[in-house]
Amino acid sequence: MKIYILWLRQIKRYLRSKSRILGSLAQPLLFLLAMGYGFGSVFQKAGEGSYINFLAPGIIGMSIIFTSIFTGIEIIWDRQFGFLKEMMVAPMSRLNIMIGRTVGGATVATMQGVIVLVLAIIFGFHPYSFIGVLLTIPVMFLVALLFTALGTMIASLLDDMQGFQLIMNFLVMPLFFLSGALFPLDGLPKALSIIAKLDPLSYGVDAFRFLLINSSHYGLGVDLIVLSIITAVFLWLGSYFFKKIQI
Amino acid sequence: MDKKQIIIVKNLTKKFGEFTAVDDISFSVDEGEIFAFLGPNGAGKSTTIKMLTTLLTSTSGDIKINGYDPMINPDTVRRMFGIVFQDTSLDDELTAWENMEFHGVLYDVPKKVRRERIESLMKFVELWDRKESLVKEFSGGMKRRLEIARGLLHHPKIIFLDEPTLGLDPQTRNHMWEYLKDLNKKEGTTIFFTTHYMEEADRIAEKIAIIDHGKIIASGTSKELKEQTGKTSLEDAFLSLTGSVIREESASSVDQMRTNRRMWKR
Repeated sequence: MKIYILWLRQIKRYLRSKSRILGSLAQPLLFLLAMGYGFGSVFQKAGEGSYINFLAPGIIGMSIIFTSIFTGIEIIWDRQFGFLKEMMVAPMSRLNIMIGRTVGGATVATMQGVIVLVLAIIFGFHPYSFIGVLLTIPVMFLVALLFTALGTMIASLLDDMQGFQLIMNFLVMPLFFLSGALFPLDGLPKALSIIAKLDPLSYGVDAFRFLLINSSHYGLGVDLIVLSIITAVFLWLGSYFFKKIQI
Repeated sequence: MDKKQIIIVKNLTKKFGEFTAVDDISFSVDEGEIFAFLGPNGAGKSTTIKMLTTLLTSTSGDIKINGYDPMINPDTVRRMFGIVFQDTSLDDELTAWENMEFHGVLYDVPKKVRRERIESLMKFVELWDRKESLVKEFSGGMKRRLEIARGLLHHPKIIFLDEPTLGLDPQTRNHMWEYLKDLNKKEGTTIFFTTHYMEEADRIAEKIAIIDHGKIIASGTSKELKEQTGKTSLEDAFLSLTGSVIREESASSVDQMRTNRRMWKR
């Protein structure tokens, strides 16, 4: 019940900030349309098929990583605007606060991912099967959970929003660009291929591709195992650092 | 008549690195008492309140809140007090009613009781007709009133108020104290508050403790403090005890130091 109300708070806040929803849809849509149609013919000539089909799962991954890291980092806001204190003096464990917040944030990011998926379909993306589309949603949630926990961890270590730009440029952007969201992972230079292997988002995007366009680099089994393990580790680390927050 | 002591603090110390924010203080508050905790900026008031309310762990010393140690039984202690922080701690994006409901759920107030109490408390602070409004549309005074209502929702035995009247107009201030005194009389709720308005402490508090540089330098009733210093007003007594040197905003410098320390550690 307590975790539920924390979750509900996140959802309400999300649904009420229409400008935020629209704002965070603009970027993925721009990527999808400009790159999808811009590189379409080159991609086709290289014999890789439709670029927009290839790109759409990557863009879903992008909107999920951005939204989830952001909702995780929002703890800094809660702290600055004092609401975190209200939660911290309530008779509930810090672990439950962290769980409620993280699950709420991950739900918000999943909703955002679903909206991008629907928009992509409207703009010319053809998923392989309807079942695949449905199965993508729980995987989106898993990926969202992973990055919300990461965001929570970062937020627990930062004191204010000053560091936010740093995190975006040195963590989120590289995670996105090096994940294979924009390019196929086959035949990459060795260094890049190793980096992609270390990037959790690679496995998320790869799993989306498996379910949405029936093509995969690592295989769904590997994707899900890696994602689950990293999510568990990040949740643990996130709650560890969250417990250490002093107000 | 021997009253039960609901807050007992013994040799409490809090250090941030080299800096001692609270230095070996001891005091107690009787059940049902209105207690004022006074001191210049950065004297250690907020740090002490944070330790009493489970937000901060002490470096050494003992705290008992109604017999329980906030470090050993944090959740038991948390149920016993309500708190109004120095700066607002409401969620701006939620409505007034939702903020209350959220609090009620976190404190396990059963649904039926919760709904009734939310209504009666919000009526009391005259916000019931604004229950559907988002908190971000509220003025400072309205937010304060809502926070007081929220702090009382789970029927706490003690209410902590950290500079609750800061920035409020005299009307709101009076109204608020009327209510709190009423509550204190009817339900026996212990009130622990800090303020910079000496006149307010003089008028309302039954007992006063003055803290400076992390140490309690005087305590007693307002009358006793005035007699002790030979002054006619509490303000003069306060100034003669703490000196008239203007303090740096060391409340924030403690925060600043904590920030720096954190920065260096990582």
